[in-house]
Amino acid sequence: MSSPPVPEPVLEVSGLSVEYVLDRGSVRAVDDVSFTVGRGEFLGIVGESGCGKSTLLFAVAQLLAPPARVDGGSVRFKGTSLVGLTDKQLAATRWRDLSVVMQSAMNALNPVMSIGAQFKDVMQAHGVKRGDEIVARSAEVLRMVGIDPAHLRSYPHQLSGGMRQRAMIAMAMLFTPELVIMDEPTSALDVVAQRSLMVQIKELQETYGFAVIFVTHDMSLISHFSDRLMVMYAGQVSELGATKTIFDKPRHPYTQGLLEAFPSIHGPRVPLKGIPGNPPNLALIPNGCRFHPRCPQVMDRCREEAPGLIDVHGTLARCLLYDAGAARNSAAQPTGGRTDA
Amino acid sequence: MATTTVTVQAGHSTAGQAGRRVWRAVRRNRKAATGGVLLLLFCLIALFPGVIAKDSPTAEIYPKNLGPSAAHLFGTTGLGQDMFAQAVWGTRQVLIIAIGAGLLATAIAAVVGVTAAYLGGTWDGVLNLLTDVLLVIPLFPLLIVISAYVQNSGTGVLIAVLAFTGWSYTARQLRSQALSLRNRDFLEAARVRGERPLYIIAVEILPTMISLLLAAFLTNALYAILFASSLQFVGLGDPNATSWGTMLYWAENNEALQAGYYLQAIIPGACIALLGTAFALLNYAFDEVGNPALRPVRKIRSKRVQSASS
Amino acid sequence: MRFVLRRAGFFLLTLWAAVTLNFFLPRMMPGNPAIAMMAKFHGRLTGQALVALETIFGVNTHESLLVQYVHYLGDIFTGNFGTSLFFFPSPVSQVVRSAIFWTLGLVGVATILAFLLGTGVGIVAAWRRGGLLDSIAPPVLVITSAIPYFWVGMIFIMVFGLKLHWLPWSGGADITLTPGWNGAYIGNVLQHAILPGMALLITTIGTWVLTMRNNMVTTLAEDYVRMARAKGLPSRRIMLDYAARNAILPNLTGFAMSLGFVVGGAILIEYVFNYPGVGYMLLQAVQNEDYPLMQALFLLITVAVLVAILLADIATAIFDPRTRTAR
Repeated sequence: MSSPPVPEPVLEVSGLSVEYVLDRGSVRAVDDVSFTVGRGEFLGIVGESGCGKSTLLFAVAQLLAPPARVDGGSVRFKGTSLVGLTDKQLAATRWRDLSVVMQSAMNALNPVMSIGAQFKDVMQAHGVKRGDEIVARSAEVLRMVGIDPAHLRSYPHQLSGGMRQRAMIAMAMLFTPELVIMDEPTSALDVVAQRSLMVQIKELQETYGFAVIFVTHDMSLISHFSDRLMVMYAGQVSELGATKTIFDKPRHPYTQGLLEAFPSIHGPRVPLKGIPGNPPNLALIPNGCRFHPRCPQVMDRCREEAPGLIDVHGTLARCLLYDAGAARNSAAQPTGGRTDA
Repeated sequence: MATTTVTVQAGHSTAGQAGRRVWRAVRRNRKAATGGVLLLLFCLIALFPGVIAKDSPTAEIYPKNLGPSAAHLFGTTGLGQDMFAQAVWGTRQVLIIAIGAGLLATAIAAVVGVTAAYLGGTWDGVLNLLTDVLLVIPLFPLLIVISAYVQNSGTGVLIAVLAFTGWSYTARQLRSQALSLRNRDFLEAARVRGERPLYIIAVEILPTMISLLLAAFLTNALYAILFASSLQFVGLGDPNATSWGTMLYWAENNEALQAGYYLQAIIPGACIALLGTAFALLNYAFDEVGNPALRPVRKIRSKRVQSASS
Repeated sequence: MRFVLRRAGFFLLTLWAAVTLNFFLPRMMPGNPAIAMMAKFHGRLTGQALVALETIFGVNTHESLLVQYVHYLGDIFTGNFGTSLFFFPSPVSQVVRSAIFWTLGLVGVATILAFLLGTGVGIVAAWRRGGLLDSIAPPVLVITSAIPYFWVGMIFIMVFGLKLHWLPWSGGADITLTPGWNGAYIGNVLQHAILPGMALLITTIGTWVLTMRNNMVTTLAEDYVRMARAKGLPSRRIMLDYAARNAILPNLTGFAMSLGFVVGGAILIEYVFNYPGVGYMLLQAVQNEDYPLMQALFLLITVAVLVAILLADIATAIFDPRTRTAR
């Protein structure tokens, strides 16, 4: 893998595949995904609904539930392989080194336990026995995210949406883990709250030095915060590279389409272009490149040949346009792109 | 909410599409298959009793209290009737009650539940109150009290009484589902088109609720069977009718158990249990169809899906 | 607080409905049982009994229906349920008293046991999805829920009472023994309670197991359970604190609704086993055409159900913090 040199990786995902076993056969929600996350790195994962990004996250954290299962590949966290371990075996690592923040705190927090109780049980599960320690640390993490520790007594439904999300992040910080996985934590919030939450997360990250994997469908939001970006389409990685590079020079036509769909406040007014069509039904994947039915730069060979990830000046792109054997086409040059970040 | 990667179907299904989907799901379910076959069997017996049992169920001409034999497959009762014939001919009565009361109760429940959901506001409140009150009043004592006054007045009245007291449970379920449908786009479209509420309810909402309506029917039918036979057993039905419940009534009356004629109690009870099981299995299968999370979890054996080939 | 008030209001309304039903049913039924009754009893009863009967059916009074109704309501609220026709001249309230204890003992204990046991089994079955318990429980319980209650009782009588002679199967206790708080009598009572109790337990436990299991399965798919796994919490903790505590909440309200059926089952079991409880008395009253007693028993059963529902509501309020602050 020849992306730009990254610090020694905290997470190495290699060839990970996840399938859902259904009555009428299996569906591959995640297909052969590989990436690494370095220490203290902020990796953003973007894609449309249904592209497999949430499934990927759960697969990495070993939180899949039937009928989903890991079908192949490996996940190495700090050198240890996680796939196949039981919940019991994973318990020691969980939360201490790897924590998770979910999309909707209203759904992710136990509605019948107070916030404090939910902090307490994970600390007790990891060997913190003394009551005063527990309370002190709970109060500390709440303060980290700007919540009054008095709320330890509150129940989730008593907090506002933004506070709940921040409480979840505080909970994730209890042991200052090395990696925090976040599944669209801002999607349920309004724009202002989103921004403030992102800023908070970034501050925490810079203070405590943990790595973040951040899944979202909001490309413009993530662009300001992530070091590297991974674009997913139909269960596969379609582009992976440094955020700035991808925004300046998106390689894959899908990424180009995504960027063109967001208006720029600074730049000139251009008509918005969406990406026509819909993502494919994963039970009926098209032959060849999965994006070809919607691609504005589709070539004949795209219909037959499924591209692998190709290194294009440091960015990986799954597109035959960059394949050495590509025909000389007037559409061979990538179009679009961003001049501002 | 766990996310899956299958695309969401937009819009609503016509009655035909909904029906076909339900049919497909039900066919594949083992519980549904067993239940369905049992039910079919009973229906056949009810339709052609004379073919299966040659004797008359009411003729008290045989020696009393015989055990099972070639001449009398299930033996005879304390009054000298052939039990096999009784069981077979009794199927008809039981099924009529089950299906009749089931349909009527479901109809009432649908009207009340969906109307309450659709009209909302005070109407919803009033209908809800009515449903809840009836729900809380214990059904069997109420049936006993009503039957005490109504003594022996035939199957029709029994069906009516069962239906008018028992609709409240399913009305609640139907109202819940109707509520969740109320704000969907296709209903808005109908409203904007200027359709009358009655039309919307009948033509747009109800067909979408087919699977729940069927489940409600099965629930109501099951309870009709159990309550009806219970009433007959304690002597509050028509003791001269040919039905499984009355068979049990006579067995108890003739002290069959104490005398050791166990079959007289076992046979009708087993019939009720079997028919009830048929309905219950189908009902459970519908539960599973509606809520896929409840389906049996199998050991995963992966099968590749064929990618679309050229 | 408002929640409790609303519920109390609802219960009063239901009670009122039950009382009103009691009042109007005999007057509404086809064939006017009132007239038939009067004719039948006219020759046999005189004086007070006749008056009692007339009060119930509102015959031969010169008051309008509305006035009769108001009188009736007044009577009920002062606890005057009339005189029993069969046990004449004992007042109904006295006749009923003896039966209450028997039923509370048998049905009360059996129901609580069934609820606790059933819920426990349901939790474990759902937790070990695809395991042995989970695979056999649903189909077995579906079948048992379709079996008529009284039939189970009869089978028990046949097997354990008549064939094996292990346990007594009729009555609440040996009639030859004198009732009293002594070991012999209590032991005898317990002996007599085993078969009907077991029958009741077996027939009602099915619903609890099934609904708890289904609720658990839905709850286990929730995000906060996944979160609990992500936190590395021990299995037991997740099952109880995260899944079961949430799954049981709808079960508690469901408990209320199923009570109606438990009552029905209890009546039949008492009948089959000649157990001298409220249900048995109700059926006897019907057979004896003792209408005042019958109506009073109906009200009593309704009240019992309402009380149980109220308790379930209180329990829900205790266990679910969301209900405390909302509304």
